[in-house]
Amino acid sequence: MSTDERTETTLPVRNDTDLMAVRQQVRAMAQRLGFGLVQQTKLVTAASELARNTLVHGGGGSVSLEPTSDGDGREGLTLRFVDEGPGIPDVELALRDGYSTAGGLGMGLSGSKRLVNDFSVDTAPGRGTTVSITLWSPLAPFGRR
Amino acid sequence: MPVLDLGGILLVSIQGELADNAAVDLATDVTTAVSTTGARGVIIDISGLDMVDSFLARVLAEVAASARLLAAQAVLVGMRPSVAITLVELGLTLPGLETSRTVAEAASRFGVEIREDPERRAARGTDRTPT
Ligand SMILES: Nc1ncnc2c1ncn2[C@@H]1O[C@H](COP(=O)(O)OP(=O)(O)O)[C@@H](O)[C@H]1O
Ligand SMILES: [Mg+2]
Repeated sequence: MSTDERTETTLPVRNDTDLMAVRQQVRAMAQRLGFGLVQQTKLVTAASELARNTLVHGGGGSVSLEPTSDGDGREGLTLRFVDEGPGIPDVELALRDGYSTAGGLGMGLSGSKRLVNDFSVDTAPGRGTTVSITLWSPLAPFGRR
Repeated sequence: MPVLDLGGILLVSIQGELADNAAVDLATDVTTAVSTTGARGVIIDISGLDMVDSFLARVLAEVAASARLLAAQAVLVGMRPSVAITLVELGLTLPGLETSRTVAEAASRFGVEIREDPERRAARGTDRTPT
């Protein structure tokens, strides 16, 4: 693996053209890391949902893409969606299927959580929101999950 | 995004990366075309899409809903298996959308016979040949 592939990349999320770039970059990096087609699609879809939240609810921000590995030869990709918007006052409520404060479908946050292996939200009212997700490749033969 | 008139039904093939505003434009274009052509059906071919998120799913559902109000039926065709798996896990099963295996099968619902070109058939990958 070249050093290039291990480098963290940060992309802006300021408009819907940026959302397209995020999807393309996530797809490309997931392909390079050897993720299968279904895994790529899950990660790209989660990224599209969360980047749109950064844009629409968070007022814009950025996403960083960071390849990781767990020492057992398992490759992962961590995505971090960061904004300095209003924050989420009640994360548990926001994670409920169908809950939206913006007339959306309310499936982005809860659905993304189902699509990935690791999911965490760091938010405080008035201090912005960071959502981090990781999808692991199923490569290691007897790998831990 | 071209909207083809196949004689009483419309065919829309969504290709590649779609920006949000392009998706919204598409919904407007399709609805307008249904009205001006008096089409009974709208076939939406999404075999060119490698991802459908909740925004796009909503646009598709809205196209189907406005087509229905204009007495036309929308039929979704060509969803890739990886997209179907992901959509279901996301929690979106698009219950209001009719689906068909191929454009030809969708067209035949409206009494329109079209021959499937071999390339399109190949593009369906692992799908079995309809009997
Ligand atoms: N980055 C964010 N900043 C502030 N609020 C957010 C953010 N992401 C999600 N939310 C809140 O969580 C709710 C649920 O998000 P989601 O499931 O994606 O639904 P939708 O985007 O359709 O409203 C949003 O309506 C919003 O209130
Ligand atoms: Mg959302």
